[in-house]
Amino acid sequence: MTAISCEKVSVTLGGRDILSLVDLAIEEGEFIGMLGSNGSGKTTLMRAILGLVPLQSGVLRVLGQPATRGNPGVGYMPQARGNLAHIRFSGWDYVAAAAGGKGWGLPRLDAAQKRDVDWALDMVGAGELARRPLAEMSGGERQRLLLSQALLGRPKLLLLDEPLSNLDPRRQSGVVEIVRRLSKELGFAVLFSAHELNPLLNAIDRVLYLGGGKALLGSVDEVITGPALSRLYGAEIDVVRLGGRIFVMAGEVDVEHDAHRHEDGHAHEHDHAHDHDRSSDVLL
Amino acid sequence: MSMTMLMITIGVPMFSYDFMRTAFVAGGVVAVLSGVVGFFLVLRGQTFAGHALSHVGFTGATGAVLFGLPPLWGLVGFTVLAGFIMGLLGEKLSGRDVAIGMMLSMALGLGLLFLHFYTAYASQAAALLFGNVLGVSDAALWTLVALTVLSLGALAFISRPLLFLSLQPELAEAKGVPARFVATAFLVIVAIAVAECAQIVGVLLVFTLMVGPAAAAQRLTTHVGNGVALAMAFALVEAWGGLALAYATDWPTSFWITALSALIYFAALAQEPVLRWRRGPIKV
Repeated sequence: MTAISCEKVSVTLGGRDILSLVDLAIEEGEFIGMLGSNGSGKTTLMRAILGLVPLQSGVLRVLGQPATRGNPGVGYMPQARGNLAHIRFSGWDYVAAAAGGKGWGLPRLDAAQKRDVDWALDMVGAGELARRPLAEMSGGERQRLLLSQALLGRPKLLLLDEPLSNLDPRRQSGVVEIVRRLSKELGFAVLFSAHELNPLLNAIDRVLYLGGGKALLGSVDEVITGPALSRLYGAEIDVVRLGGRIFVMAGEVDVEHDAHRHEDGHAHEHDHAHDHDRSSDVLL
Repeated sequence: MSMTMLMITIGVPMFSYDFMRTAFVAGGVVAVLSGVVGFFLVLRGQTFAGHALSHVGFTGATGAVLFGLPPLWGLVGFTVLAGFIMGLLGEKLSGRDVAIGMMLSMALGLGLLFLHFYTAYASQAAALLFGNVLGVSDAALWTLVALTVLSLGALAFISRPLLFLSLQPELAEAKGVPARFVATAFLVIVAIAVAECAQIVGVLLVFTLMVGPAAAAQRLTTHVGNGVALAMAFALVEAWGGLALAYATDWPTSFWITALSALIYFAALAQEPVLRWRRGPIKV
């Protein structure tokens, strides 16, 4: 059974074609890194898989069934927003709010649901976060809680929307490692969207690149090449490999300072401007 | 004088008056609803909606008075209609503060016009704006009780998806929670609570019973259930304490309720650093 299969899927939002005639198949248990510039349709594809945006045309199957809201086999971690910093509930209460699913009535959990919450917290090593209020946690700790919330119901497919945004490089690799380990242990497929390929390089089975409404799915060596990405974007794209790392850049934009910052930490004149853009290695 | 003596010397004569007994029941019934509804209102960051609904309620109440109907009917009718419309508009309302502010000013202005045509102008205006818990009729009391039971029942029914939706809107939608329905139903319940509250403390002071207790409660506990119970308890203490103090001093009840509400809220704010210190240092 494929985890996600798209046949000629098109999605239009507000008169703009976000995805047009996308074909792809993601197998069970696969770890897929999803990349692409802002607005290339990463979040839209996830929302389509969740049944939250209608398809213009095509067939989208998730775990063998047409994509619909409330598929119990799909776990989802939305992009974290600032509002979590104001929540004063404990980690346990926050995660538990999602444990009852869409059911009606009082937010009471039965013994099995409580065990499920404990299990989900343990899986991401957040047992000790359970008693602390969200407002007092760091960004990385909140991220782990969101991840454990996505594990409730033991999904066969996990959709993670930009889980690395706003994390420093050390915590980024921590999140990638946890997801990789859980994916192996629990046997679920992962669609992991990110701005940067490098933190994911050692974890992913294949990479999905979105651009110009199209999708390119394959191994890193197949997809992350100058000619392949240039075709996808319809613009000149260069790919530079440097000490086990890969940098993707649009024709004229110099990627050198990015490499410097990562490789030897030299400060230089572009640093300030670059800080705002550090999360993006696709400069389009 | 001992506490018991104090309670006997004030309490016994106080409860020998019919209107005082009615006021205590009315205040208690309204406080319970306000505390619980206010908890979710604060959690969802919708306190402004409560404020807005009370302004609309003023128009409804004065309009009802003009046509010889009980003001409570006009209050409930108008706030519920406005809550329903606000729920349907949903996201479209956010960020339109000026337009909303103009509508609210107009609602108050219309209420003023209705009062202008009504002869017993001053006393009616003061009662609507600042409340008149001592003037609650038996018929109004039964309406309050019935509306409270109905609203609490409805809130209990939607409380699980409402909590989920408030803490994790995208995930809740993906899991199949009917977001628009739950959000609209909640605003209708808020509208009823606002209308009830306006009977006790007046349309201008609804904030004091709806938001004050809930905001204080959320400062003091990290558990959802405890928070709801605490918000309800604070609202009760404020309503009944306000009545007793008004009886003892002959000052307006609404003044004492606002004073107690502010006292409890700021005490909760001051308490928080102490709690945090006792829990140990914050990990970053």
